[in-house]
This record gives sequence, structure tokens and C-alpha cells, in this order.
Amino acid sequence: MPTSDYDPACLPDLLPLYYRRLFPFSQYYRWLSYGGVSKNYFQNREFSFTLKDDIYVRYQSFTTQNELEKEMQKMVPYKVDIGAVYSHRPSQHNAVKSGTFQALEKELVFDIDMTDYDDVRRCCSAADICSKCWTLMIIAIRILDRALREDFGFHHLLWVYSGRRGVHCWVCDDAARKLSVAARSAVAEYLSLVKGGEETLRKVVLSDPIHPFINHSLSVVERYFQQYAIVEQDILCSKESVDKVLSLPIPVKFHNSLCQFWYHIKKYWKYLSCSHNIKKGGQYFDKEIMLQYCYPRLDVNVSKGVNHLLKSPFSVHPKTGRISVPIDLKELNTFDPFEVPTISLICEELERPRADEAEEDDVKDKENEQEAGERRRIRDYKRTSLAKYVKVFDRFLEAMARSWKGEMLKKSGELETSFSVFLTFMSFTYT
Amino acid sequence: MQFSGRRKKLIGNFQNDLYDQCLQFYGQPPLENISLTEFETFAVERLKLLKTVENVGVSCVKNSEQYTKKLDAEISRISEYEKRRKDHISHFILRLAYCQTEDLRRWFIQQEMDLFRYRFNCLHSKHKTDFLHKNNLKYETVSAEEKKNLKDKLIASSYGLSGTKVEEHDVYKVPFQDALDLVRTRKVYLLAGNAYIPHHEIVTIVLNDFRTRLSKALAMTARSLPAVQSDERLQPLLSHLSHAYVGQDYSIQKNIGKISLEQIDALSGKSFPLCMRHLHKALRENHHLRHGGRMQYGLFLKGIGLTLEQALQFWRSEFVKGKVDADKFDKAYAYSVRHMFGKEGKRTDYTPYSCMKVILSNPPSQGDYHGCPFRHSDPELLKQKLQNYKVSPSGINQVCPTTSTHLTRFSTVCVKGFLKLNLVEDAGFSLNHPNQYFTESQKFLSGGRDIKKEVDMSQRNLRSSLEHKLQYFLDEIQELSDPA
Repeated sequence: MPTSDYDPACLPDLLPLYYRRLFPFSQYYRWLSYGGVSKNYFQNREFSFTLKDDIYVRYQSFTTQNELEKEMQKMVPYKVDIGAVYSHRPSQHNAVKSGTFQALEKELVFDIDMTDYDDVRRCCSAADICSKCWTLMIIAIRILDRALREDFGFHHLLWVYSGRRGVHCWVCDDAARKLSVAARSAVAEYLSLVKGGEETLRKVVLSDPIHPFINHSLSVVERYFQQYAIVEQDILCSKESVDKVLSLPIPVKFHNSLCQFWYHIKKYWKYLSCSHNIKKGGQYFDKEIMLQYCYPRLDVNVSKGVNHLLKSPFSVHPKTGRISVPIDLKELNTFDPFEVPTISLICEELERPRADEAEEDDVKDKENEQEAGERRRIRDYKRTSLAKYVKVFDRFLEAMARSWKGEMLKKSGELETSFSVFLTFMSFTYT
Repeated sequence: MQFSGRRKKLIGNFQNDLYDQCLQFYGQPPLENISLTEFETFAVERLKLLKTVENVGVSCVKNSEQYTKKLDAEISRISEYEKRRKDHISHFILRLAYCQTEDLRRWFIQQEMDLFRYRFNCLHSKHKTDFLHKNNLKYETVSAEEKKNLKDKLIASSYGLSGTKVEEHDVYKVPFQDALDLVRTRKVYLLAGNAYIPHHEIVTIVLNDFRTRLSKALAMTARSLPAVQSDERLQPLLSHLSHAYVGQDYSIQKNIGKISLEQIDALSGKSFPLCMRHLHKALRENHHLRHGGRMQYGLFLKGIGLTLEQALQFWRSEFVKGKVDADKFDKAYAYSVRHMFGKEGKRTDYTPYSCMKVILSNPPSQGDYHGCPFRHSDPELLKQKLQNYKVSPSGINQVCPTTSTHLTRFSTVCVKGFLKLNLVEDAGFSLNHPNQYFTESQKFLSGGRDIKKEVDMSQRNLRSSLEHKLQYFLDEIQELSDPA
């Protein structure tokens, strides 16, 4: 078990080490600068820190990567959140005339939290998760990733494990960052199928015709439903839980036959859902049940706001010690949240001596301090379990970098044209 | 626009050109002179129209037959030219009144959009195309081959679309950002960031254009407002116009400090509307409420007269019984209570939510207890709850229609609940705010049915003819919202 027992009381000692030697600052800065296509993008970005004793500070902003590093190493935040890119430097927002300081752009984000599934989870509740209910996150990621790419045309998605009970998605495309509040809320509502609070029993309502998006989502859910709901969650194990399933509107005439089948033979589930093809009046009760148990539950309010602050990737979760690491979608089926390294583990791995490093040290002494520091840091995290997650982040950045190149070329092309127009104009004026 | 005492008459030809279409984008402001009386009258009538659009939109599913019939009935019959001229002028007058705050703008844009959509849908198909041409609206169409490939998907995503329709008519392709209403309700096919819109849905794209233009125009109007406001004849009118739509917003607490915390449990049983009673009970049982619930209930409590100190004590004492210790409360939750009272952040003194806001915004999800029970709860659970609250069975049947329908007037039903609870035939008020329910209930229970008297008193206080007019149409609107 690569967890190396984590104790929250050790955070004050571990965090300084983490920020000095392991946090991937250069990749982080590269990400948030977005290739320098827009001026001051990084400088106008809001960060918020939660410090020791729950002290919360907003409107932090930094001019360079170096300043970011120094400040984080000095303040040692327990939690780091990322906010919007504003019209002015957030750290100077009080000096700006009221009304002119505005949030301009931000990634489109989604937050899937396991507690939102409590009414359909039998294995855990509240902040707990286990390998059984983790399947819900896999389903959520597959459905949302497909929709955001294929339906909405986004390309640069970063999925991050939150550190305890959920996942976040950062959509980083240029078009996504420029979306208005109305557009963000429309996207979130398009992606929402499970609606209703404590007082609503039937949370999914389907009617004819079934939108292609729902069909795509159903095919994902169906793939996992048998394993997840029937086997792992065991929704048919007891009369009580079958009753709960049956409390959802199913035509009464099917109740008895359903009970018989479901009580005795679980593998007849597929037969059951095929044989009852009721199409009149949109009676898609079997699909609705599957969706109610498995379809992703988003918090629309998180996605709506341009100025909403969300936990930063590579932030530490103070309660579990786990690092918020990027998730590699190619390895999604084998991703195990309990294998995600904790801060205590990686700090411990850092301390272990490695033979082949002794020689490199001599060479490095000649370089300047910052580069040396950076190189040391790269060497450092590569020795720890954090390495493979930083690689995922690197690949994500590389893919985006190619699009930045395109943007820069376009922009410089524009500059050239406008400059030549200017010259022509000047030549007319002076003849 | 120029304001003079005299009215200029227009030449015949000019008339025909300017108003040759019954619908317009309001790109150009009117250039004629009108009298102050016309200024007043036009503005009030358009406001009445927009308020009607709003009410019909809440009680009927928008664009359904019932909705269209109702709106048809409301649009008065005068000469077509006069109608269009009035439409043009009154729109611009109301822009002046409604450009000032975010809330006003949002309301104005929403109603103008609904009105525009209704009118556009009334147009004959040929006129629709004419309108597009006249206003230079050109949208990208999908090639025949792409249509063929996507035919099934298109049919499955758009209501009322058949195979033949896809083949015969154009399908438009726009970036999804330009078709948000369709995206939000998932009524359109999306591929690679584009929305594929069938011809009969073109109104959505046009509406989007309309909204964008109007939004920009309002922002510009706001900037030039100071010049208009300096005209003393107009200033009082404009400010009356912008307050008229809100009605009482309970932002000014009348009974500050008159309620004690001990009274709240009893009051919740007697005078709280069902939504607040529900929230109160959830808070007492779980010793916690999520953000949506805290806002809806907290602001309501502020509206009935709780002071900031009382509110802090109330919330802290309840949360502390649960998983939150006093320290954590002070750090995490006290800020939000103070924020509600306008003591933090940008110091906005938030107003308690009206019924419309509770019903239409921020629907509850898993773990939430806010919202309107008549709108957001399962009928079965609602019945059970009413039984627990000792409403008679016949009363319950009246309050919970067995057919679940979007057309239920939720606040009407809430008032019916009040009637059943208090065994009264006629409530004497039409509900649009939870705090109004509380006030009326308290009034009723203290024996004073002084509602009629209050109206007379206020009428005596009205001075200007304009205020009379506004009061008149407010009354007419109330009538409209009463159960048919």
C-alpha cells in the first residue's frame, strides 16, 4: 500500500517541502500563461489560498513564475484555488474604480461530487468512497468527456481527482474560457439529466424522441450498470432495496413479474430490459432507472460562474493528504483513487537516497540558482510517485501548445497586415 | 426624440415606409415629436403589455396553444399603423426606464424577447423570410449531403421534425453559443460545437440576435441616461415606471425586532408558506441547510423582521446542534449571514425572494430543501406532507391536482393551501411573495381583514394622474392572475 500513513498534523512540516521541491511550478505557469497569446493573462489571474487555521485569502495574483513560487513557499497554503482572469491585477482590485474590476475569462469547469449520489449509493455515504462507488466517477468521466468533445467541439480537457470524493474537469479551450455565464449554464443544463431534491422520487424523465446525447450516455451506463448496480451495489439484494427501485414509477402491471425475476435471478436483468419495449407515452422506465442510479450529477452553480473559484490541480487535500492529480483517460479503467500518492508518501520517497545522482550534482553547481532549482525539482518529483501524474499534465500541455502556436501565428499575421495598412496610409498622407 | 407640447403630423409616404412590417428589431429610435401625454400613455401601456407577457408565461407553457390564445386576447385592437407606431415609441421609452440596473435590464430583455418570439411565431412563413431579408440576417445552411448523413440524429433531437421536412427545408448551422435556449433544453442536435437548427426553429437564432442587440443598446442607453434624467418632466415618470413592475419587494423591513426567536416554531406552523415551513423543519431536523436553503429561508426571516443579531444567534444555535462547532460556524457560516444583511462584500442588501424567483431559479437537487413544494416536489410526498399539517382530504385534492401539469399556478395553489388551513373561502389577495403570505396570514390571524381598507387609503394618497394609471393597470394585472 503506497500510502505511508498520512497524518494531518504533519502538514505544516510536509507542505514547505512539497512547495520547495515537488510542486511542478514551471508546468503550472506554462499552463496558466496559455502561451502568452493574451497579454497579462497570468498576471490578472486570481488565486485564493486557505492558510493554517482556516484563514482564507482571496485576490492573490502574481507577476512571474518566480513570484508565485516565492509566495507559495512563504505562505504555505493548505489549499490553493484558481479563479478567473480579471480586467486588472486581482491583488490591486481595491485601487480600481468600482464597477470596472471584472472577471473576464475562465476555464469551463465541472465538479462531480460523490455526496450528490447518496440517495443511490448503498456502500458508502457522505465523504466516504470505495472501489464500488468509484465506478460512478468512471461513468461520469466517460459521458461528460465524450459530450464535451463531440457535441461541443472542445479539445483540451483536464480531468483531475479532487483528493477525496470526486473529480473536476477543466475545459481549457480558448472558446471555453471566453464563454458567458449564460452559455456556461446552458452547457451544464444540457449535460444534466438527474433533477430534483430530497422530495423528488423520479429524478429522470424521458420522453420521445430520445435525444442522441441521451442515447450515447445510455450506452455508457448500460455497459457498467450490470456490474455496478446489480453486482456491486446489489440493488436487488433485499426486499427493502428492491422496493426502493420499485418506488420509481413502473407500470403496476409489471410489478409482480419484476419482483419474481429480480428476486431470484439477477442475470435476467438484460432479458427483462429487452422484453419490455414499451414505447407508448414515453414509458422508458428501465432507462430512467439506470440513469437515475448512474448518470453524472453536476452542480450547475460551479460551472455557471465566471468568477467561481475551484481547487487547483496539484493542490493537497488537507483531510486525506492526497494530491489532486490529473487523470489519464487512457488508463481510466485502472485508475484507483486509493493509489493516488499522499503528500507524506512523496515526501518520504524524496528522502530516499539514489546512487546515480551524486555525479549530476557537480555539473549543476555551475548553473544559475533558478535553473538549478528547477532542474533539481524536476529530478525530485521524478523520483516520487508524483512523476507519472506530472507526465499526464505534460502531455496535456503539449497538445495545447500546438494550438497556441496557431494562435500566435494568426496574431502576428494580423499585426503584419495592420502594420502594412498603416504604412500605406502614412505614405498617402505624406505625398 | 424631442419633447414638445405640440404634436407633429407625419406625411403619408413616410408612414408607409417606416411601419411596413408588423415586427421590428428596434434598430432605429423614433424621430418624431410626441406630447407628454402620449409619452406617459404609451409607456404605461407597453409596461402593461410586458407584465401580461410575464404573467401568461408563468401560468402557461410558453408557445403552447393556450399561451398563444391568451396573448392574442390581450393585444388590443387598434389600427395596424397606430399599433406599430406605438410599439416603436413605447419600446424606446421603456428602454430609458429599464436600463439602469442589472435586474431591471434582465427583466426587460426577458419580456421583450418573449413578446418578440410570440409575434414572430404569429408571422406567416413568407413574412418570416421577408423579415430576415429586410434585417440582413443570413445564417449558414447545411449541405444536402450532410443533411442526409445526419437525418436520423436531427429527427431525434428536434421536436416536430420529420424526414421530409429535413430534406425539403433548410437546416441552419450556428455556433452553439448562438442557440443557448435550444442547447439548455436539449432541443437541438449538437456536433463539434455547432447547433443544427431546422427552419421552423429559426426564431431561436433570431431571438439570440435580438437579445444581443438589445443588451448592447441598454448598456449604451444607461451611459446616456444622465442627459435624459436632467429633464424634470421625465425623471419622476421614469422612476415610477421602473418600480411599477416589482410591486412590494419586502426590502424594507417593517417589523424589525418585533419577532422573537422563540416565536419562530409556532409561527412556522401558522403563518409560513409551505416552502418556508419545509425549510424550517429541515433545519430543525438536520441542524443544517445547504446554501440555496440558507439563502431562501434566511432572507425570508430577514423580511419578517429578524435583526442581524437574532439571525446569527438563530443559525448558530441550530448548526451547533449538528456537526458544526461554534468556531467553525463563525468562520464559515457567519460571513454568509452577514452578507445577506448587506454587511459584507459589496454590501448589497439582498431582498427576500419572490415566488417567481423561488419557482424559476436555482431548482433544488439532491440534498436540497429549497424551492417551491408545489413546483418541485413529488405529488405523493406533497400530499403526505399536507396530511401531516392537518389539511383536510378534500382540501388536499384541491391543492394537489392529480394530473401533474406545468400549467398549475403554483402560487395560486399555495394560497389555496392557506385557505384550507384557515378554513376561509376567500383569501382576498393574490400571492407573489412568501413574505406577503406571512403578512397576510398574520393580519388574518390577528383578526383584521383590513386589506380592502388599505387599498382605499393608498388610493387617497395617490396624486398624479400617472400614479392613478399605474395603480389601475396593476389592479388589472392582479385580476388576470386570479384563478379563472
